[in-house]
Amino acid sequence: MQTQRSIRLPARLDGSQLPFVAAIAGSLVVAYALVGPQQFSNFLTIGAVYALIALGYTMVYGIIELINFAHGDVFMVGSFVALWILSGPLGLHGSIDNPALLAVVLVGLFLVTMLILGALGIFIERFAYRPLRNAPRLAPLITAIGVSFILQNIMQAFFGPSPVNSPQIFTLNARFDVAGASIGYLNVFIVAVAVALMIALQLFVGRTRLGRAMRSTAQDREAAELMGVDINLTIAFTFFIGSALAGAAGIVWVLYFGYAVFNQGFYAGLFAFTAAVLGGIGNTTGAALGGFVIGFLQVAAAQYGYSRWSEVAIFGVLVLVLVFRPTGLLGQQLGERA
Amino acid sequence: MSATASRASGARERRSNPLRALLEAHRSLAAILGMAVVTAALPLLAAMPPLNGFNSQGVWVDSFANAGVFVLLALGLNIVVGLAGLLDLGYAAFFAIGAYTYAFGASPFSGNDFPFWIMLLIGAIVAATFGLLLGAPTLRLRGDYLAIVTLGFGEIVPTVFLNADKYTKGTNGISGVYQPSLAGYNFTFTDPWPYYLTMAVILTLAILAIYRLQDSRVGRAWMAIREDELAAASNGVNPVSTKLLAFALGASTAGLAGAFYSAKLTFVSPDQFGFTVSFTVLAMVVLGGMGNIWGVGVGAFLLFIIQSVLLKQLNPFFASFGLTGIDFLQYQYLLYGLALVAMMLLRPEGLFPSVRRRRELHAAEELPEEPVAAEAAEGSTP
Repeated sequence: MQTQRSIRLPARLDGSQLPFVAAIAGSLVVAYALVGPQQFSNFLTIGAVYALIALGYTMVYGIIELINFAHGDVFMVGSFVALWILSGPLGLHGSIDNPALLAVVLVGLFLVTMLILGALGIFIERFAYRPLRNAPRLAPLITAIGVSFILQNIMQAFFGPSPVNSPQIFTLNARFDVAGASIGYLNVFIVAVAVALMIALQLFVGRTRLGRAMRSTAQDREAAELMGVDINLTIAFTFFIGSALAGAAGIVWVLYFGYAVFNQGFYAGLFAFTAAVLGGIGNTTGAALGGFVIGFLQVAAAQYGYSRWSEVAIFGVLVLVLVFRPTGLLGQQLGERA
Repeated sequence: MSATASRASGARERRSNPLRALLEAHRSLAAILGMAVVTAALPLLAAMPPLNGFNSQGVWVDSFANAGVFVLLALGLNIVVGLAGLLDLGYAAFFAIGAYTYAFGASPFSGNDFPFWIMLLIGAIVAATFGLLLGAPTLRLRGDYLAIVTLGFGEIVPTVFLNADKYTKGTNGISGVYQPSLAGYNFTFTDPWPYYLTMAVILTLAILAIYRLQDSRVGRAWMAIREDELAAASNGVNPVSTKLLAFALGASTAGLAGAFYSAKLTFVSPDQFGFTVSFTVLAMVVLGGMGNIWGVGVGAFLLFIIQSVLLKQLNPFFASFGLTGIDFLQYQYLLYGLALVAMMLLRPEGLFPSVRRRRELHAAEELPEEPVAAEAAEGSTP
């Protein structure tokens, strides 16, 4: 019996992957030509945020087939945690000009926020999803919606309903010029962090014992259990990683946009989930690719003066892709579950 | 025939009550009687304590009429999600289409004044057409991909109504939509009773139709597809046309509800039809007990009353315990979220599960070590 669940990894890079790599490189060139140098760096930054959130969606779906609707709000909590760390315990107000100090603050910020968010993910899984693991599929979906309401309202209670500004720890005028565009170091930093986290995730899922446990649980939970995999631990850990990545996306959001608001997780989560589906849900590379595609559509729509229609464009592209490639861009064709 | 006989004999085994046996054998009669009793009882209950402590009877009847709209929506979504097993996360789109159809058909903005009763049907037909347009290319998709496509559609429709402001007045919405009239009597804001009674009639007809559909060849095909699409297709059920019919019928129910809703509010705007509406209706279906018509109806009614009436009473409620100074209204969605989680954890099969589903879950509980039973319970869900 073939199941639909899986967390898939790309094959090792070899000759057969060349067309794929060429296609990505080609689309980057086209994207650059379409939106110009300035918006290009914007698109990479926004795409990185969506990609990081989409990874959590795709991993959780891969392992327990749950559309975790609270994931966008986990990202939102990540933004608030980062904002609170910066302005609360650290008491920062403006930019940090000393590069060494900035590096220390950033490393600490990412570590602490991602740990807190990972713990939040484990907590949510333990209380809202684990008791329903063998219940009808829609039951955990409804609790996910409930958790989403709860997270939004708790954050609203603490931080109020209007956007909260965060200290800009990157000096905004720290920029360099490339090909006629002025690129902030912040943009470079964000894309670098996102790519590093994605590579780390691929290595983790592909090379470690726990990563193998995750893949085997995704493929066939019962068989994995019979082989001695601790299912509860593995699923909890999947939530830990997914939520930590959402936390990283939350930090990136706060650093880049300079604010956090209690309902920011809704659309970001919606777009990130769209990105995960677009790339082929369960596929981590696909999720990253989908994130950048969505980021591009949004930036391009704004560039050409149709920002009000960007949602329509995003979902329109999604429908078109799914009609012609029903399992997403990188999804595998799997049989219906018998 | 045999199903009727076994139902009647089952009733005899439980209790030899001739009235009950009669009602179980003639479900249409039972539905009409049941709705008549409910329609008569609700306003009476509203006039008695403790309900009359919250609101006057007229306000309650008005809420009941609004609740009826959501009961109708939940019944329609139940066809799609509960019977055919298709996860639709953008159901509010069809609600919006029905509402705007009526607003175009009967408002000073469009200059048209078509009769309400015809527009109800046209709203349903237009929504069903959009259901077919969306469903035809996408219903071939596997379950969760369908969910995200419908989610996207549910976002696109209000955005289009918002952005096409030349035709829809954008975020301001279309106001002054004409209210219905029947045999010379004009419906007004001040009198909620005509709306309430109209809704009761619409709901009765809808329940009758859905029962008939559920027990027909089409209904069996829906359930077969829900349980196992491959097996159903192998046995001669055309999955695409069967799913398409469920989708279109669900959409037409939402369209009808939308037309009624815009006539009752005399106003439509894009933000009435957001994501929360789709989710609320889905929560109603799941909480009530997917696939069970009465369960879904009662679940939708309770959830609507809790959300729109009881949560609004939080401040006076806590004030009566001496707790003032905190705006509990601000936290109503927190309580709503907690309630959703708690209810699902306590009763994952819903408050009033369908007989089939209860049996499945029961079998799974009896044989937890048996992988076949566990798989059956897992695979049964859409």
